[in-house]
Amino acid sequence: MDGGGAGAGAEGELTAQETALYDRQIRVWGVDAQKRLSKAHVLVCGMNGTTIEFCKNIVLAGVGSLSLMDDHIVTEDDLNANFLIPPDESIYGGRSRAEVCCESLKDFNPMVRVSVETGDPSLIDGEFLDKFDTVVVSHASLKTKLFINDNCRKRSKRIAFYAIDCKDSCGEIFVDLQEHSYVQKKPGGETEQQELTYPSLQEAISVPWNNLPRKTTKLYFAMRVLENYELSVERSPGETTLSDMPAVLARMKDMCDKMSLNESQIPAPLIERLLSAGKKEHPPVCAILGGILGQEVIKSISCKGDTIKNFFYFDAADGKGVIENIPPNSAN
Amino acid sequence: MAAASSEEAIKAAKVLMVGAGGIGCELLKTLALSGFSDIHIIDLDTIEVSNLNRQFLFRRSHVGQSKAKVARDAILKFRPNISITPYHANVKDSLFNVDFFKKFNVVLNGLDNLDARRHVNRLCLAAEVPLVESGTTGFLGQVTVHVKGKTECYECQPKPVPKSYPVCTITSTPSKFVHCIVWAKDLLFAKLFGDKNQDNDLNVRSKDDNSSKTDVFERNVDEDIEKYAQRIYDHVFGYNIEAALGNEETWRNRRRPNPIYIRDALPEGVVQQNGCSQDHKNEEPEPSEPSAMVSLGLRNPQEIWSLADNSRVFLEALKLFFEKREKEIGNLIFDKDDQLAVEFVTAAANIRASSFGIPLHSLFEAKGVAGNIVHAVATTNAIIAGLIVIEAIKVLKGDYQNYRMTYCLEHPSRKMLLMPVEPFEPNKSCYVCSETPLVLEVNTKTTKLREVIEKVIKSKLGMNLPLVMVGATLVFEDGEGLEPDEAANYALNLEKILVELPAPVLNGTKLTVEDFQQELKCSINIKHRDEFDEKEPDGMVLAGWSGPVDKQVTSNGEKKPVPSASRTEELDGTAEDISEKPGMKRKLNEILESKENFDALQTSLDVGSSSAQVVDDDEDEDLIMFDEDPKQGKKKRLQ
Repeated sequence: MDGGGAGAGAEGELTAQETALYDRQIRVWGVDAQKRLSKAHVLVCGMNGTTIEFCKNIVLAGVGSLSLMDDHIVTEDDLNANFLIPPDESIYGGRSRAEVCCESLKDFNPMVRVSVETGDPSLIDGEFLDKFDTVVVSHASLKTKLFINDNCRKRSKRIAFYAIDCKDSCGEIFVDLQEHSYVQKKPGGETEQQELTYPSLQEAISVPWNNLPRKTTKLYFAMRVLENYELSVERSPGETTLSDMPAVLARMKDMCDKMSLNESQIPAPLIERLLSAGKKEHPPVCAILGGILGQEVIKSISCKGDTIKNFFYFDAADGKGVIENIPPNSAN
Repeated sequence: MAAASSEEAIKAAKVLMVGAGGIGCELLKTLALSGFSDIHIIDLDTIEVSNLNRQFLFRRSHVGQSKAKVARDAILKFRPNISITPYHANVKDSLFNVDFFKKFNVVLNGLDNLDARRHVNRLCLAAEVPLVESGTTGFLGQVTVHVKGKTECYECQPKPVPKSYPVCTITSTPSKFVHCIVWAKDLLFAKLFGDKNQDNDLNVRSKDDNSSKTDVFERNVDEDIEKYAQRIYDHVFGYNIEAALGNEETWRNRRRPNPIYIRDALPEGVVQQNGCSQDHKNEEPEPSEPSAMVSLGLRNPQEIWSLADNSRVFLEALKLFFEKREKEIGNLIFDKDDQLAVEFVTAAANIRASSFGIPLHSLFEAKGVAGNIVHAVATTNAIIAGLIVIEAIKVLKGDYQNYRMTYCLEHPSRKMLLMPVEPFEPNKSCYVCSETPLVLEVNTKTTKLREVIEKVIKSKLGMNLPLVMVGATLVFEDGEGLEPDEAANYALNLEKILVELPAPVLNGTKLTVEDFQQELKCSINIKHRDEFDEKEPDGMVLAGWSGPVDKQVTSNGEKKPVPSASRTEELDGTAEDISEKPGMKRKLNEILESKENFDALQTSLDVGSSSAQVVDDDEDEDLIMFDEDPKQGKKKRLQ
């Protein structure tokens, strides 16, 4: 399953071939960033319409290697927002999502090694994670996300952690870069070294809601309610439906009471939209989330440019792409 | 969002995409995934290697093939049952007339140049088809919606216009690297290798030159090529600078340049070549292409060469042109994909830069400036394509209350990376979508009709096949189907001075110009003026037309085509063929630098965010609005 030679210029200068292929983007982020990119190893757990957008973006950008983990056998549902799976059962039948997507992605850039990792993300062990610089988790339960995030933090090297989910026309990205230092470009053109300290997912979602600014996006709360409910009834993400509405609203009331947030801060129609979304992804939203995550990962690997700290939200209903920093007072 | 009605609207929609480039590839994919099933796509371009880092529907094996066609085939692999109709053609082709546009429910632009964007805008207005417009550069981008009568049209707001440089800045007083590039590319390169009959300002400022008898740039019969190259070197970098230094007035408040002669740059002589062409194995399949870098053993395009290296590259490149490409000399036009031309221009610009104390640049950087190469990444295009589809769905549902223009920012503004803004109302004084007349200041006693047509009607107003009337008299018409005697008559008129036309054009005359293809008609009131200064190099000033702007929110930092230059790249999307008719004179003032456009976009986006106001501060439906601009009076909320 080897996708051909890795970035040939990983040591020393970029090759003429790389310079020609990456010409336009080198003009955006420079040669050093391109070299760093070609040495980075990225793991994606969970293949869906949003993560394949991300995979496409970083394979095109020329990341060193990309590993895909998703043992689920491809079903017709997977074809909806996925341009990597040909709608031909003789091709995808009986094969895992990771395998089929891997095959298509390899084609995008022969200079990037794309491969499959089999296994269950919820059982990933720490040593395995050492092979990677960046881990992206999608469509996983809160428990799995916390587990992988925690494992990333326990390793001696810094492993960037991202969680990304699309629920029809809404989406969320969580970012944990632990300690991140990077070069920031000031408006005048001069550069400045910046240091950021990120909270873990556990730390971020444990912040009492009454400590958050009133203007915090409602999607943040709605997503917490949903994942909390799914955790309590041991459901996989996206398996909760509109019929769970009363139970989800009860859970929401509970959480709001505990954290002294007025329930009206989380509009019921928003909860309803998230529930009726189920596993559905809206392709334009996948493209937007996958694009934002792609550029985030490129910025973090290259240590160049402001990274998101630490949540990003998009909702096609109002068209806003918003960054939330939670907890708001955390060091930056 | 009423899901059912979105789905119905998508299923029933017939969509026209213009451009299958950076945005186009992403857009076509997202449209197909979203359920669109009848998509037509126009793109003139063929695939190049430097597209492959972001135009993900294309592979190395497709290089040279039609973008529109290859994109279609790639999409059909995962959506075999939808209909995609590709056109490998220029959107300005008469095939794509108003009737053609009327067949579509919405038009989506993924273009890369102002000219084609304006053309599509006019056809959409004439056909009354909504247009979703887009542009990206680096991490920045934006999507706007243009629906006749409901929102402003693409041309309601002034667009940043090509950066122009005064001729004397280029010929005598460069202060930036780009000035040296323009000099090297448009003057020196054109003089040595281009059409000898073209006007060229290269020597215009050198006093007491006796070049009237012989052209110093001509290679004498049997002149040794090395000698010739050194003679040119000494002339342009040594003698010309020294001659210019003689004009004390020029240097009163400026740093004086140093003349550079070959004996100073290469004191040990020229022959000393540090590399050896044989042992250098290039992985690229172009070893047969002559290259001064290869001959001299210079390998890294990112490296900044010393003055000595630049001088060697200059001499070597000049020599290679005469030795290996002699047949092309006299017809060459600078092309960013021509390695030897880029080497020559880089070296010449750097030597000139050394003379004027301007920092030198690498070949990679020089190529970017000389070729107006756009900064492009896949992620921004993907985001912008997603936003286009979201707007397109609203347009198809007629959900005009919710139309938004959206900016994709590099640095968050009010926590937002993607910032939606309510579209503006149509500008009541827009010459394209309203009928406001323009005013042209021109010297009617010295200016030919041809100049008005080329510099104003075609170049500024973006008309393709114009017709010009003075009062009720038709003085010019372009296009097919003219009788030979009519055509001859119009050709004669072209060369006439305005006052001498069959219907004379004087102070106060009203011209009517019309383009039938674009269904655009506008009036120009003529105002006679005797004198124009150097800041008005056209010798004409058009008012009421969107000129250069500093503080405007515009859709992109784009530029106009550089006449007769190689096709230049601009904002991402496709690259329509914007080259103009061969033999058309290039003008310094129409040449611009992509870096500055990039800055312009940045400025415009920054302005957008900093002067924006949040309405209904406490509500979910925050809307960003721009400060009211009393002059324009059009930034009203749409209700």
